[in-house]
Amino acid sequence: MNRFAELLDRLSYEPGRNNKLRLITQYFREVPDPDRGYALAALTGTLSFKHAKPGLIRELIAARVDPELFALSYDYVGDLSETVALMWPRTPTSSSIKEPPTPDPSPPLATLAEGGEEVAATPSAPLPPPLQRGGVGGGGPLPDAGQGHNKPPPPTLTEVVTTLATLGKAELPAQLTHWLDELDETGRWALLKLVTGAMRIGVSARLAKTAAAALGNKDPHDVELIWPGLIPPYLDLFAWLEGRADKPANRDAAPFRPVMLAHAIETDDFATLDARDFIAEWKWDGIRVQAVSGRDDDGNIIARLYSRTGEDISKSFPDLLPSLHLQDSSEKTLDVSRKPLRTFRHQAFAIDGELLVLREGRVQSFNVLQQRLNRKSVTPKLTKEFPIHLRAYDLLADDDADLRLLPFVERRARLQAFVAKLDDPRIGLSPVVPFDDWATIRAARTDPAAFGAGDDAEAVEGVMLKRRDAPYLPGRPKGQWWKWKRDPHIIDAVLMYAQRGHGKRSSYYSDYTFGVWTEGSDGDQLVPVGKAYFGFTDEELIQIDRFVRRNTTEKFGPVRHVVHEPDQGLVLEVAFEGLQRSTRHKSGVAMRFPRISRLRWDKPPREADRLETLERMLKTEKVH
Amino acid sequence: MRPQDLLAPTAAGLCCRPGGFHIDPVRPVERALITHAHSDHARPGHGMVLATQETLDMMRLRYGDNFADRTQAIRYGEILQLNDVSVGFHPAGHVLGSAQIAMSCNGLRIVASGDYKDAPDPTCEPFEVVPCDVFITEATFGLPVFRHPDAAHEVRKLLDSVRLFPERAHLVGAYSLGKAQRVIALLRAAGYDAPIYLHGAMESITHYYESRGIALGELRLVKDIKKADLAGTVTLAPPSATSDIWTRRFPDPLTAFASGWMRIRARARQRGVELPLVISDHADWDGLTATIKATGAGEIWVTHGEEEALVHWCKTQGLAARPLALVGYGEEDESASTGGEDAA
Repeated sequence: MNRFAELLDRLSYEPGRNNKLRLITQYFREVPDPDRGYALAALTGTLSFKHAKPGLIRELIAARVDPELFALSYDYVGDLSETVALMWPRTPTSSSIKEPPTPDPSPPLATLAEGGEEVAATPSAPLPPPLQRGGVGGGGPLPDAGQGHNKPPPPTLTEVVTTLATLGKAELPAQLTHWLDELDETGRWALLKLVTGAMRIGVSARLAKTAAAALGNKDPHDVELIWPGLIPPYLDLFAWLEGRADKPANRDAAPFRPVMLAHAIETDDFATLDARDFIAEWKWDGIRVQAVSGRDDDGNIIARLYSRTGEDISKSFPDLLPSLHLQDSSEKTLDVSRKPLRTFRHQAFAIDGELLVLREGRVQSFNVLQQRLNRKSVTPKLTKEFPIHLRAYDLLADDDADLRLLPFVERRARLQAFVAKLDDPRIGLSPVVPFDDWATIRAARTDPAAFGAGDDAEAVEGVMLKRRDAPYLPGRPKGQWWKWKRDPHIIDAVLMYAQRGHGKRSSYYSDYTFGVWTEGSDGDQLVPVGKAYFGFTDEELIQIDRFVRRNTTEKFGPVRHVVHEPDQGLVLEVAFEGLQRSTRHKSGVAMRFPRISRLRWDKPPREADRLETLERMLKTEKVH
Repeated sequence: MRPQDLLAPTAAGLCCRPGGFHIDPVRPVERALITHAHSDHARPGHGMVLATQETLDMMRLRYGDNFADRTQAIRYGEILQLNDVSVGFHPAGHVLGSAQIAMSCNGLRIVASGDYKDAPDPTCEPFEVVPCDVFITEATFGLPVFRHPDAAHEVRKLLDSVRLFPERAHLVGAYSLGKAQRVIALLRAAGYDAPIYLHGAMESITHYYESRGIALGELRLVKDIKKADLAGTVTLAPPSATSDIWTRRFPDPLTAFASGWMRIRARARQRGVELPLVISDHADWDGLTATIKATGAGEIWVTHGEEEALVHWCKTQGLAARPLALVGYGEEDESASTGGEDAA
């Protein structure tokens, strides 16, 4: 557990993705089975046990420490788990462990009086043993060594995870207390994070799997492919990664297939491309998903919805799942929940497509879709208010046939037939945009509504160009698929605050909060509307950094207030993809994907945009 | 004699009227007894300064030859009679030359500990418990959340990181008097024998430590080294430098900070520290409470830091205790001097 705690501790401070990968891979290399497997499960969110409530943690600490010292400490640290982890007493029974054995019986004043001046002089007396702690240098004892001889060793991660999985609620407090006694500060912190279910260390499931793949120099896609069939502590996975066994078979009936991605097209690219080789579709501003259905060994239908990285997101879209459970006509299963009873010959399939919200046949903007995402519980009210729809644009498997090596034009034909036969309002076909030359598609991209997208144009963020002969290849193969996005929205905003970046940027002010003008109580004032930390060149970063350092009006911790007056300050041209109402922001709006597109040294801040401009954008909903 | 007749807080700092001197005064005074050379305790401009030889030497290095009109060195354990008061300096274990000052008069003994730690430190004399009636303790880490781990363990974390990221430069923020040299000594004790690089602000004090017989291995100044050659190295720098333009001379720097404050995650994050090392030259909560008991003092005065919690604890132990509202300690801007030693 302590080694796992060290990993979490280190990850929680490390901003860089590649460095996080190195740390996790190193952990997998050093730590034996099954601990590392449970660590992988913890990092990928695959562990399941009842989480402890903060109230319980408070009760545990209240039983151990002086309430006033706890209150002062909590007030200082500000985080419950951290406070408890740090101040948990070393020994439960008493704090006498470090007291001197017997105080000097002779009172100091007496000696001083009789012996004169030398008595107080005990030059460089060695420390009384109880005060001596730890050790110096490499030969020093292990950090836990000072905890005494009869102390049991701290629990392993495996012990913690397997115990929690079976523990009754009534036994939890005593078990936690026991572990807290055995672990060190970092170990206690990690334990409390684990049991309260609040890891928040900036590691995604995808990143953890990528780190595992790196252990055996494997492609993360390969791990993703077999992942659904694996269970903690992943002994077969690690055996394969270390070359001790064959690749675990994906026994999953509805496996994920690595997705194919597009390159952003640049003006120069068109010169080398022939329009006749391509099929164009709308680029939908939704969530890329893969909908997969299949049958397990017992003949049960398994249907799953995956994110583009292969995470199973089925739970978030229960309203779409019935559409993926296809009935075989040979089976006379009567499913009363589905009317009319449909029959279908397909038993297995994999659709590549976009998840969208559809109201009365009309695709809603990403803003609407976003209100449905990341909800803790998916209620009937939510699914009714935000009906989900799958817009299909590729078919990767049909029954037992793997279609991925067929040319796109053939897959497209199979897809059309498939969707037509499916005849389900929740699953629709992404239409083709007809064109003869690049000029047509350029016009369509600028005005999708006039080129067939109609009312759905709000949810179109550009066009996709796909080679007719392209097989479905994982990753981002060159020259096969191109994306050509609509131009972003642009506003001029004023730099208000700056913060230093991390890693290579740790000496640069590279995170910017910018604002626009609005009517305040004493005239016009700037209100923050967003934050951006990329979009600028290295050269521009140096210029902004210099500006920030020379024009700081105040410092609040890591934040610098940069001068922002009507005649003094820096105007940033900010590009963004969309706007949303937000109660979390003072301005009431939040930007999607904001970045710095240009530095407007030429523009005085007073000429920057106003909040009203953004509000107009929201109202007209011309925001894509 | 009542304790407050022997020693009392004044605007200039703790004043011993019967002895005619101040301890670590924050304003110029006639006669100053200085516990250690950190700039919030040792200030220039006094008439006469009494301190250990090391403290005097380091004050001279920082402030120049004329930092005081007159100086007098005192050895650990040596007793001087100042008017009615006999005065002794005892090791405080904080930094090289740091001392607790014991004052005795008419059968009453007060010990002003200055900054101290009871944890082992290869670069200075270990802390000595001095029995007394009134013990004046610092409270920099006077909350039970502060329990410093074994410093060797923290140094191992640093070395593990150097091994894992051989292409990056590891920058360790450390106060330039005491902490930097202790970290270097700990690195050497852990078997690290590659050259260690120094920010220019650390040069003179570090060489002084070496001149006092503290072996620190091969040290080099960063300013003489090409960027690419700093990959995989360890550099010690004042904390303020580790997040400034100066770091651009390093390849993909990884910022560490050696300080007791690194125990608190928000503190480390706020500074943008990627590798917090909990290494402190102050006693932690367990050290403070154990030391207070060991002195046998019946009355405890608590100064600079988290006084409230420590005063509360003393009272639960049946000890008379009060906070000393002294100002000017542990608050100095770290960039003000050659790298600063505000605390920790």
